[in-house]
Amino acid sequence: MSAVVAEHDDHHDHGPAKGLLRWVITTNHKDIGTLYLLFALAMFFVGGSMAMVIRAELFEPGMQFVNPQFFNSMTTMHALVMVFGAVMPAFVGLANWMIPMMIGAPDMALPRMNNMSFWLLVAGVLLLASTLFMEGGAPASGWTLYPPLVLQTGKALPFAIFSVHLLGISSILSGINIIATIFNMRAPGMTLMKMPMFVWTWLITAFLLIAIMPVFAGAVTMLLTDKFFHTSFFDAAGGGDPVLYQHIFWFFGHPEVYVMILPTFGVASTIIPVFARKPLFGYSSMVYATAAIAFLSFIVWAHHMFTVGMPIAGELYFMYATMLIAIPTGVKVFNWTATMWKGSMTFETPMLFSIAFVVLFTMGGFTGLMMAVAPADFQYHDTYFIVAHFHYTLVPASVFILMAAGYFWLPKWTGHMYDERIGQLHFWLSVVSVNVLFFPQHFLGLAGMPRRIPDYAVQFADWNMISSIGGFVFGASQLLFLYIVIDTIKGGTGEKVTAEVWEDAAKHSLEWTLPSPPPYHTFTTPPTVIPTEHI
Amino acid sequence: MKKTKQLFAGLILMALGLGTVQAEYTLNLMKGATKVSHDIYDLHMLILWICVFIGIGVFGTMFYSIYHHRKSRGHKAAQFHENTTVEIIWTIIPTLILIGMAIPATKAMMELDDVQESEMSIKVTGHQWKWEYEYLDNGIHFFSSLDEASNKARQVGSGIDPFTVDNYLLDVDKPLVIPTKKKIRFVFTAKDVIHSWWVPDLGWKKDANPGFINESWTSVDQPGTYRGQCTELCGKDHAFMPIVVIAMNEPEYNAWVEKQKSALAAEAGSASKQWVKEELIAKGKSVYETNCSSCHMADGAGLAGTFPAIKASKVVTGDINAQVKLMLDGKGMMPAFGKMLSPVDFAAVVTYTRNGLGNSVGDSIQPSAIQTLQSATPGAGK
Amino acid sequence: MSTSNEYYIPHKATWPVLGTSGLLMMLAGFANYLNGSSGGAAWMGLGLTVVIIMMAGWFTLQATESESGMYSAQVGISYRMGMMWFIFSEIIFFAVFFGALWYTRNLSVPWLGGEGAKAATKELLWPTFEAVWPTNGPGKVGGDFEPMGTWGLPFLNTLILLTSGVACTWAHHGLLSKNREQLIKGLMATVGLGLLFVCFQAIEYHEAYTDMGLTLGSGIYGSTFFMLTGFHGFHVCVGAIILSVVLFRSWKGHFKPENHFAFEAAAWYWHFVDVVWLGLFVFVYVI
Ligand code: HEA
Ligand code: HEA
Ligand code: HEC
Ligand code: CUA
Ligand SMILES: [Cu+2]
Repeated sequence: MSAVVAEHDDHHDHGPAKGLLRWVITTNHKDIGTLYLLFALAMFFVGGSMAMVIRAELFEPGMQFVNPQFFNSMTTMHALVMVFGAVMPAFVGLANWMIPMMIGAPDMALPRMNNMSFWLLVAGVLLLASTLFMEGGAPASGWTLYPPLVLQTGKALPFAIFSVHLLGISSILSGINIIATIFNMRAPGMTLMKMPMFVWTWLITAFLLIAIMPVFAGAVTMLLTDKFFHTSFFDAAGGGDPVLYQHIFWFFGHPEVYVMILPTFGVASTIIPVFARKPLFGYSSMVYATAAIAFLSFIVWAHHMFTVGMPIAGELYFMYATMLIAIPTGVKVFNWTATMWKGSMTFETPMLFSIAFVVLFTMGGFTGLMMAVAPADFQYHDTYFIVAHFHYTLVPASVFILMAAGYFWLPKWTGHMYDERIGQLHFWLSVVSVNVLFFPQHFLGLAGMPRRIPDYAVQFADWNMISSIGGFVFGASQLLFLYIVIDTIKGGTGEKVTAEVWEDAAKHSLEWTLPSPPPYHTFTTPPTVIPTEHI
Repeated sequence: MKKTKQLFAGLILMALGLGTVQAEYTLNLMKGATKVSHDIYDLHMLILWICVFIGIGVFGTMFYSIYHHRKSRGHKAAQFHENTTVEIIWTIIPTLILIGMAIPATKAMMELDDVQESEMSIKVTGHQWKWEYEYLDNGIHFFSSLDEASNKARQVGSGIDPFTVDNYLLDVDKPLVIPTKKKIRFVFTAKDVIHSWWVPDLGWKKDANPGFINESWTSVDQPGTYRGQCTELCGKDHAFMPIVVIAMNEPEYNAWVEKQKSALAAEAGSASKQWVKEELIAKGKSVYETNCSSCHMADGAGLAGTFPAIKASKVVTGDINAQVKLMLDGKGMMPAFGKMLSPVDFAAVVTYTRNGLGNSVGDSIQPSAIQTLQSATPGAGK
Repeated sequence: MSTSNEYYIPHKATWPVLGTSGLLMMLAGFANYLNGSSGGAAWMGLGLTVVIIMMAGWFTLQATESESGMYSAQVGISYRMGMMWFIFSEIIFFAVFFGALWYTRNLSVPWLGGEGAKAATKELLWPTFEAVWPTNGPGKVGGDFEPMGTWGLPFLNTLILLTSGVACTWAHHGLLSKNREQLIKGLMATVGLGLLFVCFQAIEYHEAYTDMGLTLGSGIYGSTFFMLTGFHGFHVCVGAIILSVVLFRSWKGHFKPENHFAFEAAAWYWHFVDVVWLGLFVFVYVI
């Protein structure tokens, strides 16, 4: 056999290809992980800049900077870029880097396809971004792309739709790859119930991806044919129903938000035990809770549609089903708390971000639960209360955990230590400003401010100004993160980090048994000892 | 200075986590003006407090642990990592709490759903970007759009300070008037895209979907003015289609109804009179500003790629009947104005577009001619 | 140094980037075409060509690697899982359209006809509409039409596809029992029947458009009918192409009884297309 493999004679100890081309044609999970992470970081700044446009226009009542149509484009593009360009790719990047190292595999199961997933993502985002420069402007119908409004989009419409198709294929391919890797590539002895929580949550997330991205693709395909090929899916005159789109969209959309939160849970469950110096509490119940959340996520979608005029039986069913999600999510929150209980905690930056995540995510969860109560949602729906809810679950939850993951693994990836002082500064600035940014939005929503508006009645002026100030500070603070990432890659504090980086980390997961930075190829021969701290 | 103080106080309250229950700062949900809205308010407070208490419990435990169980205080880590009993407890207790929340929620839901035995019906139709109200029992029918003062102030770079405008963005030219203490059934639909009708004081919002009817009801106890907005993104001017509901005692309401009826009759009269061009142009300017400028822009320049310019438009400078026909029937995003404008307004705006906004075709059309055409068109298609 | 259970990891991949740029060109071209810009169609064609080249190149590479024995059993499992979950995602895609059919037929059309809590919808908006399926809606979108019959061509097509499924399995048996002639004949029959199916469907569509007034624009019935059967027909074509490649490789002597992933993948795909058709036949034509 070696004779044949000899065609790739540098098989074992070769390094990456030289030059820029290395990044284009690479099949290495670490390279692809890096690409994903850097791309996501860039998109976070792009999406964030759009949010800054939103916050600037909302700083004061009256129209100052942009016209209403462009404002709506900003809202739409901000959300699409953040969701599909920043948060999801960032987690796929983490999956690429960490899953093979955590389960003792040499690489992802399908390396060529892995490369394609990444480039399809880039292609999709390019198509999406190109709509900003088109006649009639970028899509301005909200990220939910509801018809009939979205059908009024100008030239951008087919581009946005095809961009969704590309992003969908990219996600499906990543999902398939992750499932195949986890099922097929584990080192001997790494049973499913010995896998780190991060791997578990991604396994479940990957199923979600494969099950929902085709749904979104189907929905936008119907938009395309309704607009260009005379079909009537969403047109009552032809026997269709605009609300049908909403059902399809949210059948995708609700699990989609869990796609952004389940890996978050996984990272939190990885970081907290390390800094509490204690095994994760209730490992198996964490696994079951994740599975339960994923299952429930498929049967609650219409809680986004309480006001569309569903039959009462439907409203009640979706209300009850949605409330159930609080139970497994509660289990997670309690387990993290119990993991910290009687630990021996230290508070390095990754731990700080993780603790903030637990607290602030729970607050977002609480408001989610409030909105699950259908009659109350008749008041909350489509107000800033919703905006506050989901930013609490996305920014100080998903994004904070991505930051935590960055601090936690950067030393492993680069072999350099980040500057702890700047890290702490970044944390404190972020955690204060993010609350100044989003907490007042609860008040605004309750007091009656609708979402997706570029201008508002004067009684909302004060809180909007505070929120905007929080937004600018939060945005500016993220420049510190950018600085730290660049600085650490370039050498950081100069301190040489050990393989373990964090005290006793190797008890928790396999990546800490590898040198920092790990060699280009790892685990070409599977590891023999599996950490079982959490069992 | 007062404002800063107020803000500061608000921030402190917020920090204490008590923020949402201080009504003076309009931080909380409004109680509203109907029984349903009170029920919903109570429900809201119930879940809010439940969440606050659970939060205090969970975060309290966590911060206790963060304070005491830290390495710098020399705490040694315990190594337990499982306890089936507590896991069962913290699964069952939330379940019970949720059931406790679901019961009042279900009751409120059932009550809201029941539109039976209503005493009158109002049909509400959403348009880009105004509301149409039709009293199904007595034939009163009108459109309601953003009032002029707000509309002027809200233009990009208008230079008008919103704080100087009364009820900025929350006022309309013609409010919806309803009697108090009557069960009123609303039926909602939309002409173009989805809109959503929300007056917080009534306790709910309902989507207006094109091609379908949704129903809801209300019964207001106290006379008063209640304001709201469209809450479903419906395009460019989604922020600028407010709702004003004025609830009146029965006698006042009846007087209002009579007044509307006579106004309708007077309007029919003025349509048959012969108008001079200048009169039409003058009237047409204000009709244009309320009905057309949101798309074709105040100066008639349009918006490249979406809304064609009126200035030097082939249609406007061409055959007048073709222009009237286009405006009667609509085309794509251009609404069908056949049923939306009175014959006078219609004739006025047509005349204005042809003789203002940089055009000078010179001709005009009489309201009576429009009236004949309007009754000939069977109403807008889809 | 390599052992037979070594996991093969390629070190460079040029096809994915090429394929992605092809796809990008194709879709951007298509979008421009839909917007009525000139040149859109040309870009589309160019993109499609690149995609086809990519497929040919990538599959050839896989085939040569496979035939030279670089894939261990473990690699084979990865491929199988990949294909399985890919087909799963396709099933979901079809499910969306079936779902739309179910929803419109059982919910929105009856609502438009005043059923349930929506009595006012009929009363105020569509007073003359009677909710019966098939329908082109209260606006009679697309004009009068005749619904598609069941027991003519569609039924014949059902038999054809089922037979082709059997032929495919027969070919597989041939492969397993090292009977290459049976393998090739079976595959030829499968592909042939698939093409016959597509021809009959083309005839059916032609009739619908010319004689029955039934088009994609015939309201919700036309929309669901053509989108479901159309996507299915497209999948039959793709399946037939994949099977032709497998046929070509069989003819060149590829595949062993214990190692023939490409054949399996093609066969799974074909059976999936078969099963979708059965669903279509029941829900679109019979009921
Ligand atoms: C990561 C993202 C994320 C997450 C995790 C969640 C989590 C939840 N969401 Fe949220 N949601 C969004 C993102 C997210 N959401 C987005 C983006 C939107 C808006 C989309 C749009 O319209 O644009 C939205 C909108 C949205 C709505 C629609 C509102 C409307 O438009 O009217 C609803 C309604 O039910 C809802 C509910 C919930 C619930 C019940 C949870 C639950 O999962 C929360 C569960 C967690 C807890 C409850 C806290 C912890 C639990 C305990 C401590 C146990 C004990 C607690 C009790 C018994 C009370 N969400
Ligand atoms: C993962 C998803 C995600 C993330 C991370 C964010 C992050 C942020 N979001 Fe967003 N948001 C959504 C998902 C997300 N959002 C969604 C789904 C919607 C609904 C859309 C819809 O209605 O359709 C929405 C809508 C939304 C709105 C409502 C718009 C409307 O209804 O009209 C607002 C308003 O404040 C907002 C603000 C912000 C802000 C300030 C941030 C900040 O956290 C961003 C911080 C980051 C940066 C600022 C970038 C980094 C810094 C720089 C570029 C340097 C320059 C900056 C300075 C010097 C100040 N978002
Ligand atoms: C909701 C947005 C909207 C409003 C409000 C609106 N229009 Fe239009 N109008 C359009 C659009 C879009 C078109 C282009 C229709 C097409 O050709 O597809 C158009 C076309 C026209 C044209 C033809 C212009 C040309 O050169 O093709 C005229 C004339 C016109 N509108 C006049 C008016 C008048 C007068 C009013 C107010 C009474 C008005 N419109 C209100 C959106 C609007
Ligand atoms: Cu009408 Cu928003
Ligand atoms: Cu949801």
